[in-house]
Amino acid sequence: MSKKSFRQAINEALRLEMRRDPRVILMGEDVAGGRGGTSGVTDAWGGVLGVTKGLQTEFGEDRVFDTPISEASYIGAAAGAAATGLRPVAELMFVDFVGCCLDQIMNQAAKFRYMFGGKARTPLVIRAMYGAGFNAAAQHSQALYPLFTHIPGLKVVIPSSPYEAKGLLIEAIRDDDPVIFLENKVMYDDEEDVPDGSYTIPFGEANLTREGDDVTIVAFGRMVNFANEAADRLEKSGISCTVIDPRTTSPLDTGTILDCVADTGRLVIVDESSPRCNLATDVAALVAEEAFDALKAPIRRVVPPHTPVPFSSTLEALYMPNADKIEAAVKSVMSYRMKEEA
Amino acid sequence: MSGAITPVTMPKFGLAMTEGKLADWLIQVGETVSAGQELADIETSKITNGYESPVSGVLRRQVVAAGETLPVGALLGVVADASVADDAIDAFIAEFQANNASADTEASAADAEPSVVAVDGLDIRVKDVGAAEGSQLPVLLIHGFGGDLTSWMLNQSALSHDRRVIAFDLPGHGESSKNVGEGKPSSFAGTVAKLLETLDADKVHVIGHSLGGAISLELARLAPEKVASLSLIAPAGLGPDVNMTFINGFISEDRRKTLEPILQLLVHDKSLISRRMIENIIRFKRLDGATGALRTIADACFPDGKQADNLRATLENYPGPVQVIWGENDEILSSAPAQSLPDKVAVSVLSETGHMPQMEKVSDVNKAISAFLEKND
Repeated sequence: MSKKSFRQAINEALRLEMRRDPRVILMGEDVAGGRGGTSGVTDAWGGVLGVTKGLQTEFGEDRVFDTPISEASYIGAAAGAAATGLRPVAELMFVDFVGCCLDQIMNQAAKFRYMFGGKARTPLVIRAMYGAGFNAAAQHSQALYPLFTHIPGLKVVIPSSPYEAKGLLIEAIRDDDPVIFLENKVMYDDEEDVPDGSYTIPFGEANLTREGDDVTIVAFGRMVNFANEAADRLEKSGISCTVIDPRTTSPLDTGTILDCVADTGRLVIVDESSPRCNLATDVAALVAEEAFDALKAPIRRVVPPHTPVPFSSTLEALYMPNADKIEAAVKSVMSYRMKEEA
Repeated sequence: MSGAITPVTMPKFGLAMTEGKLADWLIQVGETVSAGQELADIETSKITNGYESPVSGVLRRQVVAAGETLPVGALLGVVADASVADDAIDAFIAEFQANNASADTEASAADAEPSVVAVDGLDIRVKDVGAAEGSQLPVLLIHGFGGDLTSWMLNQSALSHDRRVIAFDLPGHGESSKNVGEGKPSSFAGTVAKLLETLDADKVHVIGHSLGGAISLELARLAPEKVASLSLIAPAGLGPDVNMTFINGFISEDRRKTLEPILQLLVHDKSLISRRMIENIIRFKRLDGATGALRTIADACFPDGKQADNLRATLENYPGPVQVIWGENDEILSSAPAQSLPDKVAVSVLSETGHMPQMEKVSDVNKAISAFLEKND
């Protein structure tokens, strides 16, 4: 056990699974870096943010290889490789690039098991980074997990910390269905204690990072950290919150969300994806339908406005959910009074 | 701005930036700077960028000279209004640096980190602390089923003020290898004997809890010359009964809600089972091979829901001093066997105490053990 960054935790998960299972391969744009160049340098880059650094050196060019800048071709190739028995981990770099290869994911990989009568397995993992907060502008900052969550046949994972990332990625690689694994790009240097050995965290099991009596906060990915920060501050002012990290949006642990709302009677959902048809609307609908009687106040969503992610750091900060906004939302549901009581 | 003092720290320009070089100051000490005006050039492995002042004011100090490389967040300089006293600026810098330094030293002053040693083809995690002041013999701490070296976190450092105290993760537990072989106390005792050789600990006081108590007894049978004394805390091996609801639940329950009532069986004061403790056990059980190892041990030690080994004869034959400490309210291994032990055994049964006396009655247990060790060095 030692302190590891989010980046190291992901690298270690890939390394351990590649050692354990020769069928695991990595492919994507610059996952190694250097292929096709004239310098003779290989494993030059290890992905744009260095997450896969060193893996080509250990496992060779047959198992870790750079692809052409053609998402449709290599994501399609990865889906096909998975269908024939390999366990590819394909890196899409920025999740915003999914537009170029959505058919391969949505109509091919996600549908194989269903279309072939349950007989086909597609043990494919697609890694991609998502999220705003780093002035990467509108085409490199989106949080597109609602898009994948919408498609039956995909599993969607959003780790909230280094420990979570390693265990969830190993689970993803061992899973026999296509898994979209989304890494918040602002979190790569976050550090915490992570075991050295292999471990798995099951999909569809939410994690409660705080437990309280007054308000349930459901948050996704990096937003879990903001929710924890807000919950810790609110605790000092006498409001105790439960914070739920669903870990996976598909499958979604609806049972834990409903149980917690039944306990607290109030719900705030924090989602950094665009506000229409996002996870916050999905969870709000679930609770409105299944736990209406438990609610003491309207459900509040802490979400960005329905605009592209701005480049300007001032506007981007304004755009993003943060601990202050969560705190304000929690206070607003706490101070809500039913009309007849008012 | 009035009395506000603003630290200027190494910015983070890129996702992968962890440090940067202060290439050049563009504002000299005493010059006025406005918010957004470039204060300094910062160089990283990729780019050189102007660093804009976060506020308007006077650059009062350059803490760092041009050319120095520093981690992101390090103090570079201080901006404040001209009216702020020099003393206040110096105090601010001293406090800022002290806060950063204390974060570093706190980590290094923490207890010795566990290390991993190879024993018999297995990786065994060991936490080895303290040293003898005189002729004190070392202590070996053997945890129980499902525990690890942190089972002794309230005892190890207290016992180590004048002697060496070794805690470790049994095979299958903590961060040790998950291969447990037969999974019986006798097979663990063989590994423990080899561990002592590896650690150059020829003769030790052995303190064993629960299953670790049975392993201690087997070690005393296998290698009596290594065992200076036995302290057995709620030991297995002295009676037939074991709470299989605990054993099976510990192995199979993997969510906090369902594991919590199982773990509460361990203690008399149920509030001692903290969130953190439950989370740590869930994290252990997620490791590859962990639950399989626990199942192998449970099947080998508790077939048909009863303890397989009766080590009473071993206890009677062991020539050295023995003490037994048991919680009166133990719900895992009943304290009944404590009533019928040989006369040579010093027995203490603690009231309002469950299966974890070393956590629930820390000072009583530490005192009893210290006195016993001193007498038997």
